[in-house]
Amino acid sequence: MLVSQMRSYLIRRLLLVIPTLIIVTITTFAMVRLIPGDVIDKIVLQMASGAAGSAEYSVEDMRERLERELGLDVPWYVQYARWMGGVLQGDLGVSFIGKRPVIEELAARAPVTLELAFLALLVSLITALPVGIYSAIRQDTIGDYGGRTVAITFLSVPVFWMATMVVLYPSRWWGWSPSVRLLRFADDPLGNLVQFGIPALILGMYLSGIIMRMTRTMMLEVLRQDYIRTAWSKGLKERVVVVRHALKNALLPVLTVVGIQLPYLIGGAVIIEQIFSLPGIGRFMLESIADREYTLVSGINLLTATAAVLVNLVIDLSYAYADPRVRYT
Amino acid sequence: MARERGSPLFEFLSRLRREKPLGALAGAIVLLMLLIGIFADFLAPYGMNDLNLPDRLTPPSGKYLLGADHLGRDVLSRIIFGARTSVIIGLSGAAVSVVVAALVGMTGYVGGKLDLFAQRVVDAWMAFPGLLVLITVMSMLGKGALQVIIVLGILGGIGNSRVARSAVMVIKETLYISAAEAIGSRGSRTIRTHVLPNLMAPLIVIFTINLGWVIVTEAALGFLGLGLPPDVATWGGMLSWEGRRYMAQAPGLAFWPGLTLSVVVWAINMFGDALRDLLDPRLKGGAGRYGGSRRAKRALRG
Repeated sequence: MLVSQMRSYLIRRLLLVIPTLIIVTITTFAMVRLIPGDVIDKIVLQMASGAAGSAEYSVEDMRERLERELGLDVPWYVQYARWMGGVLQGDLGVSFIGKRPVIEELAARAPVTLELAFLALLVSLITALPVGIYSAIRQDTIGDYGGRTVAITFLSVPVFWMATMVVLYPSRWWGWSPSVRLLRFADDPLGNLVQFGIPALILGMYLSGIIMRMTRTMMLEVLRQDYIRTAWSKGLKERVVVVRHALKNALLPVLTVVGIQLPYLIGGAVIIEQIFSLPGIGRFMLESIADREYTLVSGINLLTATAAVLVNLVIDLSYAYADPRVRYT
Repeated sequence: MARERGSPLFEFLSRLRREKPLGALAGAIVLLMLLIGIFADFLAPYGMNDLNLPDRLTPPSGKYLLGADHLGRDVLSRIIFGARTSVIIGLSGAAVSVVVAALVGMTGYVGGKLDLFAQRVVDAWMAFPGLLVLITVMSMLGKGALQVIIVLGILGGIGNSRVARSAVMVIKETLYISAAEAIGSRGSRTIRTHVLPNLMAPLIVIFTINLGWVIVTEAALGFLGLGLPPDVATWGGMLSWEGRRYMAQAPGLAFWPGLTLSVVVWAINMFGDALRDLLDPRLKGGAGRYGGSRRAKRALRG
């Protein structure tokens, strides 16, 4: 493939990312401000109870002053323009209550969610690919039906129930319960892997079901191609035909589906982090919405949406390297 | 291979039973849940909110088959009433989602700037973590069945609109659409009499996919305390309100509603799969090792 072709495709795709991100950020920006109540109510309440005696300011005065201080005294689209201006210069603003830079808050929590999501992805690929391949090469056998039933079961069991059961029953039967304190990999590698591995298994179940089904479908399609028959007639072993000739061609669409499911992983992390008390982005999002921390909510949304969009872009581009037939037009 | 007599519905059912026995079983479970939801008043041994404080947190017994919760309410009865909630929200939410998916899909027929804009909006939706949107919107609108139905319907509809759109794009290129246009059929008439009827199969599939998704997601919202008010029996709500709070004393409070939810969603997914296989002619065929036969291959290419 020509480098210039690739470059113009890349530029066009990157330009398409911009409207997507603008729609995402504008929508959340407006939406979070439509939730009844705001952060000032909370701050005013705290201040009013702290300075009960001094009647220097009325509540209205305080509210007005705070609105100006936090930049909430102008219409939301002006706030958006200001915020966007900051984002373009790499400044996501500060949180309302703690007055800490949003970037620092995100950087403190992103690794937790990242590790969780990465492990979940790993687990789901390791479990799903062999089952999906087996289902396809032994189509309509008992094994195939078994594999498909497992996949649908993985798709059907709700994450929050599975996680609750895993927290509940081991503690009843064996007195084991997940650590509520974050174990860092550097301090306690094994403890860290256990702490993240079990939630990742649960989080990865749904994804695993999806990958199983997609792998099976794609393998079935590829296995009917002429070049597979050629490979057979050359006298190649089944293993070689399946892995080197079929799987390589079936894997790309599977990757695409994985990319599309990325927002789901982040969404599922909200619930998993809540149940296993992991201090990640998902739980932080819930807290930030509850506190009406507008800058934090916008920052988290920008981060997750950008991650989702970029990963999908990278997957699309990887087609070029894996499949020389793909042309970017 | 299909017998020529009988109504389409009857023929469909007999094909389902013959070719997809597991799908038929799943369909029976879905039907059962539907009936339980409709006749909850007659089936439940106790009322949805019958309080029996002396019996609070009793383990399963002859009086309370699955035990009683922290207010002495019968868990089995609440699961039965929860089925009604899930049926109502699932069916209405899935119906809304089908309408939304069809509308977004139709922009593909219209094409041009409208289509381009709609696809960018869909892109944006897909980049959102769905659950976070739900949390934000639900905190904005407040708790209630109508809010859940509308929000989940729109979200699920947009999420699956690509399926509808690609089906519309295929239909758009067919000869019968050209023929309809050639005899001067207007856009709205073509859509109504030619595109929509041919879109029914993918729309039915979208409906079943979203039915399961809406039920699970409503439960997830209930679990996060954002779904319906706590006095309404919902499986997700039962799991989180009384289930998680009293799980040390009575683990069944969290176990049973979740198990019911899992089985029902499993049945809906299984049934939806069977439905898709039977409705999608492209998936037929494929005999022999690695689907080898030439006839099947030719059929596959259409």
